[in-house]
Amino acid sequence: MSDLDFTTRFPTGVVADERKGYEGYIVDADKLVEFATALRDEFGFDYLSSVTGVDYINEGKLEVVYHAYKTTGGAGLVFKTQVDREAAEVPSLYNIYPGADFQEREAWDLMGIKFTGHPDLRRILLWEGFEGHPLRKDWKEPYFEEDVKPFKSRWPEGDFHRAEDKNPYGANVQYPDKFDPEKWQPEGEDALYGSLAKYQTTDESGLVTDHITVNLGPQHPSTHGVFRIAAKLNGETIVNLKPVMGYLHRNHEKIGERNTYLQNMPFTDRLDYLSSMSNNFGYALAVEKLLKVEVPERAEYLRVIMAELTRIQNHLFAIGMFLNDLGAFFTPSLYAIEERELILDIFEMVSGSRMMCNYFRFGGVVRDLPEGALEKIKGLVLDRLPRKVDEMDRFLSENEILRSRTVGQGYLSAEDAIKYSAAGPMLRASGIPYDIRRADPYSIYDRFDFDVAVRYNGDIYDRYYIRLDEVRQSLRILEQAIKDIPEGEILSGKPQYTVRVPAGESYGRVEGPKGELGFYIVSDGKANPYRYHVRAPSFINLTAFGPMCVGLKVADVVAVLGSIDIVLGETDR
Amino acid sequence: MYGKGLIKGLGVTLKRFVNTYLDDLKWAGKRYYTQEGLAHRSSKDANGIFTVQYPEEKLPVPEEFRYVPFLVYDELEDGTHHNRCTACGICSKVCPPQCIWIERATDPKTGRPKQEPAAFSIDLDICMNCGLCAEYCPFDSIKMDHDYEIAGYGRTVHHLDELLKPASYYDEIRPLNSAREAAIRKEKEEAKAAKAAARAARAAKK
Ligand code: SF4
Ligand code: SF4
Repeated sequence: MSDLDFTTRFPTGVVADERKGYEGYIVDADKLVEFATALRDEFGFDYLSSVTGVDYINEGKLEVVYHAYKTTGGAGLVFKTQVDREAAEVPSLYNIYPGADFQEREAWDLMGIKFTGHPDLRRILLWEGFEGHPLRKDWKEPYFEEDVKPFKSRWPEGDFHRAEDKNPYGANVQYPDKFDPEKWQPEGEDALYGSLAKYQTTDESGLVTDHITVNLGPQHPSTHGVFRIAAKLNGETIVNLKPVMGYLHRNHEKIGERNTYLQNMPFTDRLDYLSSMSNNFGYALAVEKLLKVEVPERAEYLRVIMAELTRIQNHLFAIGMFLNDLGAFFTPSLYAIEERELILDIFEMVSGSRMMCNYFRFGGVVRDLPEGALEKIKGLVLDRLPRKVDEMDRFLSENEILRSRTVGQGYLSAEDAIKYSAAGPMLRASGIPYDIRRADPYSIYDRFDFDVAVRYNGDIYDRYYIRLDEVRQSLRILEQAIKDIPEGEILSGKPQYTVRVPAGESYGRVEGPKGELGFYIVSDGKANPYRYHVRAPSFINLTAFGPMCVGLKVADVVAVLGSIDIVLGETDR
Repeated sequence: MYGKGLIKGLGVTLKRFVNTYLDDLKWAGKRYYTQEGLAHRSSKDANGIFTVQYPEEKLPVPEEFRYVPFLVYDELEDGTHHNRCTACGICSKVCPPQCIWIERATDPKTGRPKQEPAAFSIDLDICMNCGLCAEYCPFDSIKMDHDYEIAGYGRTVHHLDELLKPASYYDEIRPLNSAREAAIRKEKEEAKAAKAAARAARAAKK
């Protein structure tokens, strides 16, 4: 029996997915829990990375797609469950992989797939009064024009008008049945507060204490954007805590399904807007897998250089902002941002924009380095940045205040990190040396000599310090890359604005600065992706946020959040 | 010893503080408001604080910098303007947020479409500054501007008259790009002329 002989282990209920361009297994909904348990306990796939849905409206089916990995490395496994669109119920995997928590809620919210057995199946990105599930193919947004771009109204008779000048209460705004806006009362947030559980505690002297609910945010300086934390407190100690997000939600994925493949590239910039180059990278990989194009050598090097510079500037920013959260107001963060500015100068030179780079194309990159750019990169990588990283280290790492706020606080054990599908620096600071650049190498990362940064205490301090480690490793990669970069083409084939992508599915993932950034794409052979899903590390890393904070004080919650390093553009998508 | 880390950290800040003034002295007043000073402050050798005194001082933008798109017209020898745009519609098709609206002109006599736009509007409030339109325009007509100070009180929609800028302006902001494109255009034209000449020669032989 081979390692992955699922069909022998499960004679019924599990079949290989034999649709053209697809891979993995299709599991019957009633076998799902048993299958997932076996997967985790017998086959060693201990890490559930991504859960999402696809609406195959023509077949009347909703498909739930799972991607699982082994934290020891190697390729992943994809398995799916199909259910009827009208009665979409799938057993929840929450009890096997608690990392599915938010992702199942998202699939419920956007796709309308009910996960039975999920302890807290509420909407997560949309507000509680929202009607419908927008990622279903028959859902149309207000101002809906056409299913896919380009819209016919733009050319050749482009009679300019603005969408909002049209009647906003047109036919494509959806209301609940018998909805009367005059009488409508918002639901309130009982479900949210209810999910935090209400307790009373009685202390030794018989004094009964009520727990109180405190909301941090959505407008709060520590949340790095609009993000809310609903916390249940006993005195000043956190009893339970739930993040509330979606304030920045724009349904990136629905927009992505209306866009052509190329049009999605600049949209990916806006996910984690601090690291647009990595976002481009992940998306390009996913589409290139389907297209089966080769990327020229020079372009591969350029990609790696840009991705690593992105990691450095993201980590610097993360460290700076984290210090802000600890109360070291803006001195450390401005030091970090100074270095970041110099890296952004390079991005601007090369791609034309400091943050919205839009630099990658399918089969390469958009343009070569302009004159002087390589010298600038060399100057930073070989001279300035190592100095500055050491300075940061001297400045912060031994600082007693920083240490007393962070050492031993916000503990996340290795088991929990895996369980909650934490990724990136968060996973590695808990002692799991899992880095996609090593575990499942993409691009040309297998050529470089670098160490996977790992730390073992799983506390806030380690999550801070591992970012410095990673910056140093990125510098190592960069040193090799700028030494070895060959001359040559930077794009395979001619620049094309319409790409025909063969039908099938693909999942491209990169080790983004915040963790595993994955793009799941289903193509039906047309010019627009049929399904486009982003596995957003900022979002999934928050799954462990609540459990990590239990027992801490309110001020520490801010520190824990800072150490996770989220960007709301990616969390809310 | 308790507090050592703190003192070490404060040393870093102090050094930074002193360095800023040392650099000021070294540059003898030239650190600010000069091109060299700016270039130094945004190089790897910048020391201490390197804030730019915007708007009195402005960082020069690199050639590839992109802000919003504009249309290029050629100034012909006879003094007339020639709009490079042929209303082919490619830019409006690639535009991700679909903010380019083009009305193709028609010949009033024949009623057939003409290769020029009758109206061209870009909703700059929706434009995401991605540069794809400029990248894929086959006629070197739509290009990304460097002028980033266009904030206004209302909505910003540019129509043909705001969009059109002379080729000389384009040459000035993107000299390398425009030279490269001109070379390619010339090559193409020559190839075309050679082909036409060959065809004419063949026809003459017959
Ligand atoms: S792609 Fe160029 S030539 Fe075609 S319509 Fe746009 S600006 Fe005009
Ligand atoms: S820059 Fe991008 S968004 Fe703006 S008009 Fe051009 S293609 Fe459209």
